[in-house]
Amino acid sequence: MAARILTITSGKGGVGKTTATANLGVALALQGQRVVTIDADIGLRNLDVVMGLENRIVYDLVDVVEGRCRLRQAMIRDKRLSELYLLPAAQTRDKTAVSPEDMVQVTEQLRPEFDYILIDSPAGIEQGFKNAIAPADVILIITTPEVSAVRDADRIIGLIEAEGKESAHLIINRLRPDMVRREDMLATSDVVELLAIDLIGIVPEDEYIIISTNRGRPAALDDHSPAGQAFRNIARRIMGEDVPFLAIRESPGLLERLTRLVRSRTKSGG
Amino acid sequence: MSIWDKLWGRRAPTSRQMARERLQLVLVHDRTRISPQLLQTLKNEIIEVISRHVDIDREGVEVTFTQSQRQSRLVADIPLQGGRSKSAG
Repeated sequence: MAARILTITSGKGGVGKTTATANLGVALALQGQRVVTIDADIGLRNLDVVMGLENRIVYDLVDVVEGRCRLRQAMIRDKRLSELYLLPAAQTRDKTAVSPEDMVQVTEQLRPEFDYILIDSPAGIEQGFKNAIAPADVILIITTPEVSAVRDADRIIGLIEAEGKESAHLIINRLRPDMVRREDMLATSDVVELLAIDLIGIVPEDEYIIISTNRGRPAALDDHSPAGQAFRNIARRIMGEDVPFLAIRESPGLLERLTRLVRSRTKSGG
Repeated sequence: MSIWDKLWGRRAPTSRQMARERLQLVLVHDRTRISPQLLQTLKNEIIEVISRHVDIDREGVEVTFTQSQRQSRLVADIPLQGGRSKSAG
């Protein structure tokens, strides 16, 4: 069977594209899928360190495109999962070294041998982004519940619609249920309503992500990480399974309501 | 905040509500590329065109955006005065 190509993009930087790509790659491979992740962020290579494969790089995407090596030579097999591969970005070149046509060509070569091809898009809406979405069958838009990230996600959705790509799904990353309950963070429902696209996952804020990145071992490999669990669930949804969303309590309980009411009364009284 | 709000224990809008409301506006302007200034120009010209033919309550005119899914709509709410057209009078 031919692979499905998923591009992970966001518009804004720092919302978790690379973390999501690494974790979804791991989570799909844990489900027995043959997966290759591609770092399309030429010049700002990072997927390799997040996956813990930085010491194994010999060739990169630009070497493949410019014919200095065969595609297979540039692909790095994961340390832990034998069906997971990484195709790293070049670090010393810039985004103009690769064209959207190159991306289509490379992914078409990979398609027969894999089940999923995940492309980690660079931030922004320029050439690198266009390269990343050119071959995509499905686009995963990742945002955090913050004004700037949601705004940029909306721009990206508009651009994707203009490209005629139809299948886009939303991942809300770094949600803090405690802040939502205090009415100090956009809730899942707010973001979904504003962006009006299909939600495929909610990933809670989880300090384990920083620890796992320090170690180069994606959180999806760890049973105790809430974010890792969320990424494993998204992987299963990508595979077509109907997985309920994690029980993240976003509305205040009775006790919280009462204490808040009492607090607000005393505040306005004093 | 009014006394009434205080009596009912209502507080200033939360930061979540503010984020939602600010985003609603920003996204509409981003999507339609209609700036607040352009919206004002549209409103003025709509008032001018309509009042050439019909008496309207100029102060009561509201031109706003609505959203359903990713479709934006420009909605003009124009209160009529007396409801008679000028040509009929």
